[in-house]
Amino acid sequence: MTGFTARPEGRPAHDAEPSGTPRGTGGTAGRPGPADSGPADELTVVPKRHPGRWVTAIALLIVAAATLHSVFTNPRFGWDVVNTYLRDVSIGRGLLVTLELTAVCMAIGIVLGVVLAVMRLSANPVVRSAAFLYVSFFRGTPVLVQLLFWYNLAALYPQLTFGLPGVSLDANRLITPMLAALLGLGLNEAAYMSEIVRAGVQSVDHGQGEAAGALGLTKMQTMRRVILPQAMRVIIPPTGNETIGMLKTTALVSVLAVPDLLYSAQILYARNFQTIPLLIVASIWYLTVTTVLTIGQFYVERRFSRGNRTVAPTPLQQFRQLLRTHTPSATGRTPE
Amino acid sequence: MKKPDTVRPGAAAHLPADRQPPMVRAENVRKRFGPLEVLKGVDLEVRRGEVVCLIGPSGSGKSTFLRCINHLETLDGGRIWVGGQVVGYQRRGSKLHELGDREICRQRTEIGMVFQHFNLFPHMTVLQNLIEAPLRALKEPKAEATERALALLEQVGLGDKASAYPRHLSGGQQQRVAIARALCMRPKLMLFDEPTSALDPELVGDVLTVMRDLAASGMTMIVVTHEMGFARDIADRVVFFEAGQAVEVGPAKQVITEPRHARTKAFLAAVR
Ligand SMILES: Nc1ncnc2c1ncn2[C@@H]1O[C@H](COP(=O)(O)OP(=O)(O)OP(=O)(O)O)[C@@H](O)[C@H]1O
Ligand SMILES: [Mg+2]
Repeated sequence: MTGFTARPEGRPAHDAEPSGTPRGTGGTAGRPGPADSGPADELTVVPKRHPGRWVTAIALLIVAAATLHSVFTNPRFGWDVVNTYLRDVSIGRGLLVTLELTAVCMAIGIVLGVVLAVMRLSANPVVRSAAFLYVSFFRGTPVLVQLLFWYNLAALYPQLTFGLPGVSLDANRLITPMLAALLGLGLNEAAYMSEIVRAGVQSVDHGQGEAAGALGLTKMQTMRRVILPQAMRVIIPPTGNETIGMLKTTALVSVLAVPDLLYSAQILYARNFQTIPLLIVASIWYLTVTTVLTIGQFYVERRFSRGNRTVAPTPLQQFRQLLRTHTPSATGRTPE
Repeated sequence: MKKPDTVRPGAAAHLPADRQPPMVRAENVRKRFGPLEVLKGVDLEVRRGEVVCLIGPSGSGKSTFLRCINHLETLDGGRIWVGGQVVGYQRRGSKLHELGDREICRQRTEIGMVFQHFNLFPHMTVLQNLIEAPLRALKEPKAEATERALALLEQVGLGDKASAYPRHLSGGQQQRVAIARALCMRPKLMLFDEPTSALDPELVGDVLTVMRDLAASGMTMIVVTHEMGFARDIADRVVFFEAGQAVEVGPAKQVITEPRHARTKAFLAAVR
């Protein structure tokens, strides 16, 4: 090696942004600096007052108290029944079925959605149109109708041969309510996920694919190693919303008599006529799971935005900031 | 000059320099984007170890020509050979058929490219940026690739940045990482598309120094640049592009200090 030798890094890093500095956000950043009026330690910084917040808070408290009072004093809510059935075995089993449906359908949706998105971005016009037709069809008809179609597939094709010689399956036995539910919700979800993945892929700078290609990575390697990981930041938040949406959409499968959370509650109230308390039980469980998913979504999003300069603070960090509100730096976003 | 260890042993390495085929040969290269004819029959030969700078007004087709050399753009006519092999196409009878993805990728592993906007992979550390292609495209063992990557980072003056993410680096540092990333594939040819145009003026020098060292080590380089001083000092030859044609080709000093063509003169007078 001649001439091409190590040199010490001459310049101090250009990037050494002081961390923790407020970057022009929040109400205190634009305040006149100490330079305008002498040393800072002689003056007390008084944050802006927000009397409107107190008024709205008090009004909301009154409304909330009134609502709660009526909810807990109206005997028709049947809180003792709710309490009993909240931990009922069949409700628990129904909850598990709901969770299973959500997980499997989202898995089908994500995997097939990625495939469809790659197809829609393909240079091959046949492949592109096939994906486009799929998405149009599954987004263009109600998912409830699709579920019923799968459930009644035996009416269309009593014997499933898949075009293979020697294969002949009884559709009525093969398509169980659960399979119809998985197919209906999963294939439908794939259409939505493919649009989300496509938007994510298209959000990645064109130069990334070019650089990968110029290095000799194949199209597949480029997609897997370079494009998709960067698309994640755009893909993850709506996917979290889709998952939460899916959890609630699974309630539709009660029409196919799949014993999910809602259908389990329905079976119970068909027998004991405690309709409202059992719907409340189901709602409490739906709400609990969506809350857990929302919290999970927050942390997953945080993880995947590591490439960003600002990451949303966790609730704990927000609470700490709230306690420190009187100091000007409290409005600065957490760096990294 | 000793052969640099960044270059993989080539097929014709045993031949004396004057008997070897040119590193790059472009013959009547044509390219159009829809109705716009961007390259109107470009011919160029680049010898092994030679540094050639492409200059010319904006929109004259310099980048397009450079991107044809590693088949980032398809051709509408003509052919380009790199190291004696036609790039991107295979001749069958009287027709040229475009090669498959895998074959094109194999050819590209021998041609490094540096972009104006660096195009580092932001989700990978500097070291991961460097070893990604050696691991995936060349199927090299990780230890080997890592060792070479660290040595290259040392050479571009960024030995301490291996575990940094690109966004923590200045533009000049990012571009040096991009050069190291391309070199980590041990290419036999390096293409640069305005490598310093996106940099703050005070950061240009570091990148040019790295490129100077690379040229001195014997690398064959084709550089699209607006840095006339760099072109004059480093390039063996300069090509002046205008309206999709190589209007003037000649020794660097001659083209830049005493251009023959009226258009070259006008362009150089305008950029000074
Ligand atoms: N992908 C594309 N689709 C359509 N037109 C394109 C495309 N790429 C380049 N062009 C056009 O081709 C012409 C030549 O572009 P090219 O980038 O090669 O010029 P250049 O000499 O590199 O200019 P500059 O100095 O501005 O980089 C320009 O008119 C440009 O608009
Ligand atoms: Mg250009």
